[in-house]
Amino acid sequence: MNSFARIYYNYRRIAKTIILFLIISGPGVIVMLADNDAGGITTYAATGAKYGYGLIWFLVLLLPVAYYVQEMTVRLGAVTKRGHAEAIFSAFGPFWGWFSLLDLALTDWLTLVTEFIGMTAALSIFHVPPIMTIIVVAVVMLLMVLQGRYWTWEKIALVFAALNLIYIPGAFIIHPSISNILHQGAIPHFPGGLNNDIFFFLMANIGTTIAPWMIFFQQSAVVDKGLQEKDIAWEKVDTFMGSVFTIMVATFIIVVTGTVLRGVQIESAAQAAIKLMGINKYLGTFLAVGLFDAGFLGAICISLASSWAIGEVFGWAHSLNYKIREAPWFYGAYLLAILTAGSVVLIPGAPLVLITLFVQVIAVTLLPAALVFLILLLNNEETMGKYKNTRWQNTITTMIVVVIIILSTLYAVSALFPSLFK
Amino acid sequence: MSKGMRVTLSQRIREFFLKRFRKIREINKRYEKSSIKMTPAVRISLLFLRIYLIFLVVVLVYKFVTLVR
Repeated sequence: MNSFARIYYNYRRIAKTIILFLIISGPGVIVMLADNDAGGITTYAATGAKYGYGLIWFLVLLLPVAYYVQEMTVRLGAVTKRGHAEAIFSAFGPFWGWFSLLDLALTDWLTLVTEFIGMTAALSIFHVPPIMTIIVVAVVMLLMVLQGRYWTWEKIALVFAALNLIYIPGAFIIHPSISNILHQGAIPHFPGGLNNDIFFFLMANIGTTIAPWMIFFQQSAVVDKGLQEKDIAWEKVDTFMGSVFTIMVATFIIVVTGTVLRGVQIESAAQAAIKLMGINKYLGTFLAVGLFDAGFLGAICISLASSWAIGEVFGWAHSLNYKIREAPWFYGAYLLAILTAGSVVLIPGAPLVLITLFVQVIAVTLLPAALVFLILLLNNEETMGKYKNTRWQNTITTMIVVVIIILSTLYAVSALFPSLFK
Repeated sequence: MSKGMRVTLSQRIREFFLKRFRKIREINKRYEKSSIKMTPAVRISLLFLRIYLIFLVVVLVYKFVTLVR
């Protein structure tokens, strides 16, 4: 028996579990890593540059927050076989249904614009013109859905999700002090005291961890993948692993900028990448590639979240398992979102900063409703049966939702009135 | 000829929008009745969401007015 065969024989159970996980994993890992989108990368880079490793503990606290919210969409999707938009229409009637759908479409479109801003900024570091970036991205995004199989789309998306982990080797290039990271980052404290500045950063980090499109995306993806009640346990593992990955990526970005850009004011992730290029060519390249990938992953998930939601409500064929001729409206909505959002970035003098600011405010109008509906739907015994929320789950998720609503509202208000918290 | 074409085009546009409105009316009818049981918790939650939305609209309008001034 050669050494490889012996290793496989000794660890065959672990190997089989990993292979099975790779086959089953999908919506959870994808949605969580897509959460680290272009805006998220900027937030983490700025957090590290301003507070060093000091807020790593706070990111770790966000892991259960992200997991518990997204886990509910898994149960809801697998049991009801409905997307979140359709579930809201059915349970709460047309007023809340249209409000959620229109708000989601607007929020997603604006967020899509910010993803294109991130992607064009990242590739402009390598002297790629924005128009080229947008054309290539639009073509790749179209090719990903054209093959007519959800499974294939998911595995391609997982490759891009894996590329999001590029920040992890990136952090090792600079040899950060592990003892410093643990000493400064593991113990909960507020560097410089709990003032308005740090409060703004805490709110921004929460805002990037839970977004309305994530709820709609994962529930629809669970339905499109055809997951059943029996798959819930695996999909929970998928979601948990996704939460671990997303917090790991965020932590490593903070480690990078906290080590080499401490004290530098970061306005965007692209600016951080350019500064890092001057310190270490490979590190800057890693951040720029990661930023592009983050924008791309965010774009494919966000545009699909809208198309699925609109398709569900209008009763159109809305599955990645359909060919274009079988679901023309679904793919039409997907393509329209990509082309219009990409075009906005190319308009000279377009108010891109205003759009980025507006996204935060508009997202807050939808997030509380989407989260409250999620909890109410998970407590509906008629549809959820034995998969409804337990008292323990209700306690945890209600606490999480209340905190998210308060902090995200304060974040939106502070974005509208910057002097209010100064 | 061109008048005929214009009539056809305007008719088509009208038909397109009528079809969409019909679809919206159909959706409204399909989901007319809320399927969730209206327990006190559900009622309170929906009331909170309405108040929250009104608050956000007031904040946005205030911001808009101060910007215009």
